[in-house]
Amino acid sequence: MKITREEVQHVARLARLDLADTVLDTMAEQLGGILDYMETLNRVDTDGIAPTAHAVSQATPLRADKRRPHLDHEAALANAPERDKESFIVPKIIS
Amino acid sequence: MKLHELTIEEASRQLARRELSSVTLTQAVLDRIAAVDPRIGAYLTLDAEGALAQAAHADRRIAKDEGTPLTGIPLGIKDVICTQGLRTTCGSRLLENFIPPYNATVMDKLQTAGAVILGKLNMDEFAMGSSTENSAYQVTRNPWNQDHIPGGSSGGSGAAVAADMCLGALGSDTGGSIRQPASHCGVVGLKPTYGRVSRYGLVAFASSLDQIGPMGKSVKDCALIMNAISGHDERDSTSVPRPVPDYTKLTGDGFKGLRVGLPLEYHRAEGLDPDVRTAMAAAIETVRALGAETVEVSLPHTEYAVAAYYIIAPCEASSNLARYDGVRYGVRSRDHEDMLDMFRRSRTNGFGAEVQRRIILGTYALSAGYYDAYYGKASQIRSLIMQDFRWAYETCDVLLSPVAPTPAFKIGENTDDPLTMYMSDVFTLSANLAGIPGISVPCGLSSDGLPIGLQIMGPHFSEDRLLQAAYHFEQNTAFHQQRPEL
Repeated sequence: MKITREEVQHVARLARLDLADTVLDTMAEQLGGILDYMETLNRVDTDGIAPTAHAVSQATPLRADKRRPHLDHEAALANAPERDKESFIVPKIIS
Repeated sequence: MKLHELTIEEASRQLARRELSSVTLTQAVLDRIAAVDPRIGAYLTLDAEGALAQAAHADRRIAKDEGTPLTGIPLGIKDVICTQGLRTTCGSRLLENFIPPYNATVMDKLQTAGAVILGKLNMDEFAMGSSTENSAYQVTRNPWNQDHIPGGSSGGSGAAVAADMCLGALGSDTGGSIRQPASHCGVVGLKPTYGRVSRYGLVAFASSLDQIGPMGKSVKDCALIMNAISGHDERDSTSVPRPVPDYTKLTGDGFKGLRVGLPLEYHRAEGLDPDVRTAMAAAIETVRALGAETVEVSLPHTEYAVAAYYIIAPCEASSNLARYDGVRYGVRSRDHEDMLDMFRRSRTNGFGAEVQRRIILGTYALSAGYYDAYYGKASQIRSLIMQDFRWAYETCDVLLSPVAPTPAFKIGENTDDPLTMYMSDVFTLSANLAGIPGISVPCGLSSDGLPIGLQIMGPHFSEDRLLQAAYHFEQNTAFHQQRPEL
């Protein structure tokens, strides 16, 4: 299956990745090869087969709605690349 | 026998009898790490000081007769499991400085049991790979032959156990990442049933496939770790509320009277290495001699498992890895024009090639117009693969097969071609798609002296049966007594 570099670039944009020109070509070629291989799945007739998302299925588990300890504010901020006393700092979003 | 060579079972016995202290044992293993890890490269982060403090604490606990079988036992942890206060990188540059603010549930459980945590073990970045070559930090070498890979993605765990740099380890298995490195390094590794062990604090790769499990020098050691880490956890809604049996009650007749299925798609697979074939034939003879009845079974959708897996796992990964945006943790790229640019640069600089490839593949397969053709189709094939196993288990109790088609390949041999690398997971990833447990136990050495593993798979929640069978095999063969020369 032929995947163009424009298609890879579009998908990279969706995935918030910024691929260099040289990487785009390699990725397009590898992706094409991998997707060719995926085509083998079309040999299987799956009409009427229900899809599986989880192999060990369970009903939605419920728990008591009560207060419990949670992550301390400072601990939650400790790994932030940029922060002040109480918040994560990010680049300006609205100019 | 040198202290670092002890099994958990034997060390635990000596600790309980006060013939050995955990501080002495832990120091011996730290000395071993200092002596051989420069050649192997298993540890990403070593916490010698913390380990010795935990060991001293364990000794006090044992002195008060309050120990468990894991109290004072030095273990290594795959670097994908969150350890409070101890750097957890997932083998990625992006998490170079990440210090988890909380423990994974398995770490809380090991701590409660009194285990000593030595440090964090190398892996393919975000557990994506089969050779540990995708680590952003270092190559890990196979202790049996240092020109070869240790397997992956839990390659650091496999190599550390094989080289006596810990008494046991935790790994994680999404498509074979415990069983394949266990096989390549000549140790025992168990991937439990999906939901048997809590995934809380396991950094997510593919949430419907990931499972934490033990890697050890013996089947008994894996059972000891399983006893400590298994069970329901209300912090993981996919963990199953089901009683945990005592996995260490190993009777030594596990294969007796067992109906053992030989999946013909596995045993007759093209590309099966002649040495693996020979080792399998011998293993089948052994289990027959141990009282098992063997039957040929068919898992007809096996040939589609690799394709289905390499759609489903990247789809889930592309979604899971969206969280790495350089905002709350992880490395943020400095030069950026705006918020979106900051996301893109942080992710592009932080992720390695294989991770980017899988994110692109997953994003493509989930994107508008392709969802049904790829993710939808693969999820239907997944149902058929599960049905294959269900039907097989109507005629047999366990399935016996190789873990990997070949012994460990050479470092650098497969890095150019992602598809060839994916194919090496052909015998292990169906178990993840079906959620069933599988164990790898040593069953031979190749003509080049590289270990070969035997895989035993069973129905959901049959870990006890698998451990019994593997123990019976181990006790009647000598493969687990062989050690690499280092």
